[in-house]
Amino acid sequence: MSYIRKVYAIVAKDVAAELRTREMLSSMFVFSLLVILVFNFAFDLRAENQKTLAPGVLWVAIAFAGMLGLSRSFIMEKDRGSIEGLLLTPVDRSAIYLGKMLGNLLFIGVVVIIILPIFIVLFNLSAEHLPSLVGVVILGIIGFSGVGTLFSAMAVHTRAREVLLPILLFPVVIPVMLASVKLTAGVLDGVPFADVQNWFSLLVGFDLIFLALSFMLFDYVMEE
Amino acid sequence: MIEIRKLVKAFGSRAVLKGVDLKVSEGEFLTLVGPNGAGKTTLMNVISTLTKPTGGQVRIAGYDLADGAVQLRRQIGLVSHKTLLYDDLSAEQNLRFYARMYDVPNADDRIETVLRQVGLWGRQRDPVRTYSRGMQQRLAIARAMLHEPPILLLDEPDTGLDQHAAAMLSELLHQVGATRRTVLMTTHNLERGLELGDRVVILAGGRIAYQADKSDLDTKRFREVYYQYVDQ
Repeated sequence: MSYIRKVYAIVAKDVAAELRTREMLSSMFVFSLLVILVFNFAFDLRAENQKTLAPGVLWVAIAFAGMLGLSRSFIMEKDRGSIEGLLLTPVDRSAIYLGKMLGNLLFIGVVVIIILPIFIVLFNLSAEHLPSLVGVVILGIIGFSGVGTLFSAMAVHTRAREVLLPILLFPVVIPVMLASVKLTAGVLDGVPFADVQNWFSLLVGFDLIFLALSFMLFDYVMEE
Repeated sequence: MIEIRKLVKAFGSRAVLKGVDLKVSEGEFLTLVGPNGAGKTTLMNVISTLTKPTGGQVRIAGYDLADGAVQLRRQIGLVSHKTLLYDDLSAEQNLRFYARMYDVPNADDRIETVLRQVGLWGRQRDPVRTYSRGMQQRLAIARAMLHEPPILLLDEPDTGLDQHAAAMLSELLHQVGATRRTVLMTTHNLERGLELGDRVVILAGGRIAYQADKSDLDTKRFREVYYQYVDQ
């Protein structure tokens, strides 16, 4: 219970700090909205190609907005020296990883909750897809923030950290992006679950394996 | 209380600590001085578990650094030149967060007590970023004392403070000393280090170059050795 209380304390601290400034959430939201709008206007979206392009646009928006949040997550701790305060506390380093990862997941999740209805309206999609779409998004952002939190902690020790994080992260999360886009397309096209089951298994498998790996490796990553 | 044997810390091929042997007894106030790059902060980082040693043995309050780091952190409070605080949160929110992380019982009462001790009760709801550097450092002391650690590590705590704030900090440190905690302090301020410490140690080139109890201290000799290493 003590472990869970400490994970909760880290999440609550990140949320309280964000509510004071709203720097991260607002920039993530505006950026993802701009991505969706720009793609929506840039492509000639006739009825027949909307559903083809929509999944890719949604995941580009989520990935880029998520990257903004992930890069700020540890930079703020490092720049203000508070990361050392956190590392000094008598808690297993995995609890720090879990707390930071859940905080990132929450922030990305909040942004997605806001942009998803806008995305559905702009791409003339049916609202009946929303529940399944939420399920796919949750699985996708778990994988993205799980690996992203670990890589954000790695990149924060380097000088070119803002540049390094996407270079490190995007190649590793390609399976998450691919599976999420395919599953989103499946939901929008209304294809039977059996047709996309392989992508679903890939996404769940990636989430489980990389969460477990990140959980174990975080202690080494935090060693300067 | 703190026992360090043949401590080595290297970053790649560059050894910063080259076999440090140091013992700090329970209730002792030890001042560690040395030129820039001597390895003072690295030594503090190893003792506070922020950095793993390359070789040697460190035992603190009965816990071995190699396998008791989590329990050991509960025994330590660290004040460094960085405040280790969250600027966007209030003093109260900062301390509440650390109280949860250290499982501090009766957290509300303890937070009020430490904030009163450092003279910040009344400003507890203001964001830390609105505090002066001196106030932030006083809050950093409150954070380090919150869980009542038996060992206090002070890593150049007066860096960046004006004279008034440094004097206030010194007064606070006197109070800390009066409670007979084990204190290890690094500083560039020789006067303050000599005034506060029961024993002074010079760390130079990653090794202990000189140490003496305050009662036996030849101040002239001490300064000569110190400036000899600083001038190198």
